[in-house]
Amino acid sequence: MTAPLVTVEEVALSLGGHPVLEDVSLTLEPGRITTLIGPNGAGKSTLARLILGLMQPDRGRIRRRTGLRVGYMPQRLSVDESLPLTVDRFLWLGAPGRTRTRREALARTGVAHLRQRPVRQLSGGELQRVLLARALLRQPDLLVLDEPAQGVDVAGQDALYGLLNEVRDQRGCGILLISHDLHLVMARTDQVVCLHHHVCCSGTPEAVSRDPSYQRLFGLPGPATNLAVYTHDHDHDHGLSGGVSGDVSSDVSSDGHGDHEHHHHGDHHD
Amino acid sequence: MIELLAPALLAGLAVALVAGPMGAFVVWRRMAFFGDTLAHGALLGAALALALDVNLYLAVVVICLAIAAALVGLQQQRQIAGDTLLGIVAHTTLALGVIALSLQKTVQVDLMAYLFGDLLAVNWRDVAALWGGAAVILALLAWQWRALLSITVNEELARVEGIAVTRTRMLLMLLLALLIAGAIRTVGVLLITSLLVIPAAGARRLSRTPEQMALIASAIGLLAVNLGLTLSWYADTPVGPSIVVAAAALFVATLLRSPRS
Ligand SMILES: Nc1ncnc2c1ncn2[C@@H]1O[C@H](COP(=O)(O)OP(=O)(O)OP(=O)(O)O)[C@@H](O)[C@H]1O
Ligand SMILES: [Mg+2]
Repeated sequence: MTAPLVTVEEVALSLGGHPVLEDVSLTLEPGRITTLIGPNGAGKSTLARLILGLMQPDRGRIRRRTGLRVGYMPQRLSVDESLPLTVDRFLWLGAPGRTRTRREALARTGVAHLRQRPVRQLSGGELQRVLLARALLRQPDLLVLDEPAQGVDVAGQDALYGLLNEVRDQRGCGILLISHDLHLVMARTDQVVCLHHHVCCSGTPEAVSRDPSYQRLFGLPGPATNLAVYTHDHDHDHGLSGGVSGDVSSDVSSDGHGDHEHHHHGDHHD
Repeated sequence: MIELLAPALLAGLAVALVAGPMGAFVVWRRMAFFGDTLAHGALLGAALALALDVNLYLAVVVICLAIAAALVGLQQQRQIAGDTLLGIVAHTTLALGVIALSLQKTVQVDLMAYLFGDLLAVNWRDVAALWGGAAVILALLAWQWRALLSITVNEELARVEGIAVTRTRMLLMLLLALLIAGAIRTVGVLLITSLLVIPAAGARRLSRTPEQMALIASAIGLLAVNLGLTLSWYADTPVGPSIVVAAAALFVATLLRSPRS
């Protein structure tokens, strides 16, 4: 087992007099995609910024592996109108090197044709793909992506998650992802952390999607219905004890896992 | 004519060359008013240099850096907006500088020369100092170009990617202070900002990359110095203002071209 990339220990932070994060702990491992989910204003971006060292916590500790190379894709980025900047020059800033590597990175995110275009003229989804290319060019040990799929078209989103899985497998890097797309999160990531100022629950997608606190936070039957195909359990009862009762044979899942022992491997912090 | 104008021309060219890329950063980072404040404060530096009998360039650099540090400190508080603060500091230091210069008993001070520059008064020693300074600034700019540009595009991304943001920002301040020190005798404290901002603004419409913009800004500045000196020579107009008018004319000319965004 390799050392964790980042460990967050009992971190608390208040901004503008309001507590944004309380007693948050989590570990980012190499070769694992961890997704932060939670409602708007839950503190997801703030937690990511703490992990990146862009802010300091009021309490608690954040330990990064020494020499950690990070690729970061911020939730927003705007380039001042007064600054002429092509996609190519923008990528060069993150990773100076041969033109060919930049061309390849853009091809991987599906926007090779935009290399000479001004960054300001890109559409929202195009900019997201360029930002991802820059993060990938860094040859990172850890990728931190704040809502990478926003504004990306449906086919592109699926390709994006495919690419993240590919990057994880090839480079063995850890990935921290913030996303609102529960459907894709549950299907394509390794660990889910459900955040609402504190960690409501965390664990495998299966475990989290069964967790009562997750279901409370996102409201049933809402998202859970859509998730049924991935989470096997839309027709089970969810006792507050956390146990799952119901007939397993009525499982609608067609993925043939049947691995219900996954239940509640996740930690409960509430 | 050439022997008379040569030092003036060479001094002006040195300042304009450096003002290209530095002006680009001033425009990109919206530091025009900030630069102007430092330039106003430079007058205080000049007065101090005379009073204490120290080197003019050294005194101006020190005063500019002190003002920059004070501004950064003052901007931490939120009650007074940034531009208000700059307005207060700019004009207070200018007023203090004028008073301090007027109190000089030993030397007769030509205030106008400090305010609007006196390019025709520079000697060969000034020319050597200016080109030496220009070489230093350009070398530092080239060496730290990626870091400087990175923090200009996005400071957080730059920080995550391992760039020492605070140090890079301080380097930019230092370079600006050096440029202002060089410009005080040539274009004067009131016109320095125009030589920074006008060529860069003109270059914006003609460039697709930051590097192009910096180079084109230098080219516009160099041309403006030539045109301004020519105008001054034939029409007997003051040199500094003539250069600024020439730069403005070139800027207007760029507006006639279609933008390349
Ligand atoms: N600099 C700041 N000063 C004061 N409050 C802040 C600051 N930054 C963030 N906040 C507050 O902290 C809370 C968490 O913000 P954060 O950006 O982390 O949310 P988020 O989970 O990323 O939300 P979203 O899904 O909308 O991106 C919000 O209520 C926000 O208003
Ligand atoms: Mg956010």
